[in-house]
Amino acid sequence: MRSSTRAAIAALALIGAVAVPAIAQQRDPAYAAARASGKVGEQPDGYLGVVGSADSATQRLVDDINIKRRAVYADKAQKNNATLEAYALSAGCTAVLRTVPGEKYRAPDGTWQTRTNADPVRDNRCPKVGAGDAAD
Amino acid sequence: MAGCSIIVAGLTGCVNIAAPDKPIVIELNINIRQEVIYRLAADAANTVEENKDIF
Repeated sequence: MRSSTRAAIAALALIGAVAVPAIAQQRDPAYAAARASGKVGEQPDGYLGVVGSADSATQRLVDDINIKRRAVYADKAQKNNATLEAYALSAGCTAVLRTVPGEKYRAPDGTWQTRTNADPVRDNRCPKVGAGDAAD
Repeated sequence: MAGCSIIVAGLTGCVNIAAPDKPIVIELNINIRQEVIYRLAADAANTVEENKDIF
């Protein structure tokens, strides 16, 4: 009885240890909803943008994500001997490409587009689709 | 150009240099940047995949 309880606790702890990183890899529900509804979209510069006029909650959400992205870009840029801007642009190539139909992305001319099944209009410096870029 | 023809007339003739259609320096800059983007592409794609919560 006692050992089985202990085993159950150990098992729960193990599940917890495995599950926590997986949860951290999911989009926050508010972020997921904002993407799906087209309130936010991917920009060629590697950052998230607000589509149209921003309400304060959406702006806060976008700012929060972009601060986190910038921290990741800064770290990776340094490791790759690149500028933050160049690394962010590279990530933007992928981020725009992996939008799903219905989501918004910003074309290089600054206009917001709705992603269709066709390839998105990306910065012409982005690697061509299928040339080493992750297209999923 | 009119000033050029007045001053230089009688010396060696006037050489007209047309401004290039495209800003050459910026063009070069874009090429360099594109190389950088290509170099970073695989790493950046991994970064996006590894940080799905913020992408």
